[in-house]
Amino acid sequence: MDVLIDNLPALLRGFRETVELSAIAALVALVLGTLLAAIRVSPVPTLRWAGTFYVNTIRNTPLTLVYAFMAFAVPRLDFQVGPFRAAVLALGLYTAAFICEAIRSGVNAVPVGQAEAARALGLTFTGTLRHVVLAQAFRSVIPPLGSIFIALVKNSAIAEFFAVPEATKVFDDLVRDNPDALYWLFAGVALGYVILVLLISAVFRFLETRLVVLR
Amino acid sequence: MTVRGDRYGAAMTDAAASTGTTRGAPGTGPLVVMSGVNKHFGPLHVLQDVSTTVDRGEVIVLIGPSGSGKSTLCRTINRLEPIDSGTITIDGQPQPQEGKALANLRADVGMVFQSFNLFAHKTILQNVTLGPIKVRGKSKGEAEQRAMQLLERVGIANQAGKLPAQLSGGQQQRAAIARSLAMDPKLMLFDEPTSALDPEMINEVLDVMTSLARDGMTMVVVTHEMGFARRAADRVVFMSDGKLVEQATPEEFFTAPKSDRAKDFLSKILTH
Ligand SMILES: Nc1ncnc2c1ncn2[C@@H]1O[C@H](COP(=O)(O)OP(=O)(O)OP(=O)(O)O)[C@@H](O)[C@H]1O
Ligand SMILES: [Mg+2]
Repeated sequence: MDVLIDNLPALLRGFRETVELSAIAALVALVLGTLLAAIRVSPVPTLRWAGTFYVNTIRNTPLTLVYAFMAFAVPRLDFQVGPFRAAVLALGLYTAAFICEAIRSGVNAVPVGQAEAARALGLTFTGTLRHVVLAQAFRSVIPPLGSIFIALVKNSAIAEFFAVPEATKVFDDLVRDNPDALYWLFAGVALGYVILVLLISAVFRFLETRLVVLR
Repeated sequence: MTVRGDRYGAAMTDAAASTGTTRGAPGTGPLVVMSGVNKHFGPLHVLQDVSTTVDRGEVIVLIGPSGSGKSTLCRTINRLEPIDSGTITIDGQPQPQEGKALANLRADVGMVFQSFNLFAHKTILQNVTLGPIKVRGKSKGEAEQRAMQLLERVGIANQAGKLPAQLSGGQQQRAAIARSLAMDPKLMLFDEPTSALDPEMINEVLDVMTSLARDGMTMVVVTHEMGFARRAADRVVFMSDGKLVEQATPEEFFTAPKSDRAKDFLSKILTH
């Protein structure tokens, strides 16, 4: 127990890093995932094909490989990304593929007639997408988006192998220094993740009750 | 793989197709001129050399058997369906093929669908103000004031704050009419506006349409409601197998149809 109290500042710093990493990556994933969903329903075949290619490639690649690509391959191309940015990119680019698919399923659940009605009013493709189709798609995919963000937080732990000082890295370092306290450390760090996940669930449950679409 | 995506591609955009170039002065001559319009769905020749005009203030009822191409004809007028050949001009302007010009054309042509197609995530008031705000660039206050007048006119002002799913079918369709009217359209298209309604709600929608017709709105209405046709239509156009077979006043058409196909069709809808 003491080991947790003594190392509380280090653990909290680790979780702060985890939260920052996850939050920025989530933002990247949300923006990119929405753009990908938009091009996957767009009328331009080349765009659709590119979106499909991206999603299928990324979804079928282990996350560790995506991390490794960002941490080792990208710097070789003379892109100076630090460990944190590499982790943000890896997590963001990876999660975007899942977000794209969730949003796309939401898009397909919006009745086609509503998109036609929007066009018939004189809205453009992007106006229709934004004000009618995506506006509803987002609402109907709030539960799956919650699960995706929870997975993202847990996936952020892989960043430890790329020298990002997030919670799991802090945990590993502490275990090395205090091998006897393994179980306490384990319990403490696990509790930290559980609290994060419960917070995300609570936020999404709140969003869900606020933004339901009656059909 | 992207089959479902394509559906949306098609629903939100416009494939290119040919349109003509005849140009006349806006404000004069017929409002809609269709000439030699052809449209295929794969091997199916849905519109076969269709030519007709719609005058300003004229109310046309389009009638005909299922699958004859009535909906398609209606949808080509605001280019929800592109045509393969022929020309359609609206208020002297040839139909633009895509982009902002096409959006502008659509803003001037109201459309009311069989299934209402109200935006499910927006209140009735927001449904009516979306177009005026986003397309016409009106202020929110101005748009809402006009929207309330229109909702009053169609008799559902007290439902303004509700979501579409909380309204009856008849109320939803009247909201959809108000949504179209809010754009101050030159022309309104109605594709079987009462076919999805329970019988007791049909009249509340037809009454609104009749009053629109009285006020001089130019209307193309696909409907089998003969009462409405007799009351409000200037002309009945009978369509069969992608062709305009017969055009007459409602009185002439319903009492003395000329073509065999119209006689056959009327005998079917009159005896059930
Ligand atoms: N998007 C489409 N793709 C392929 N075929 C279509 C499509 N839309 C309509 N059709 C076909 O074109 C023909 C004309 O259809 P349309 O909907 O215009 O008929 P309609 O006269 O409105 O019939 P109804 O009274 O049943 O509404 C039908 O045979 C229909 O199956
Ligand atoms: Mg039809």
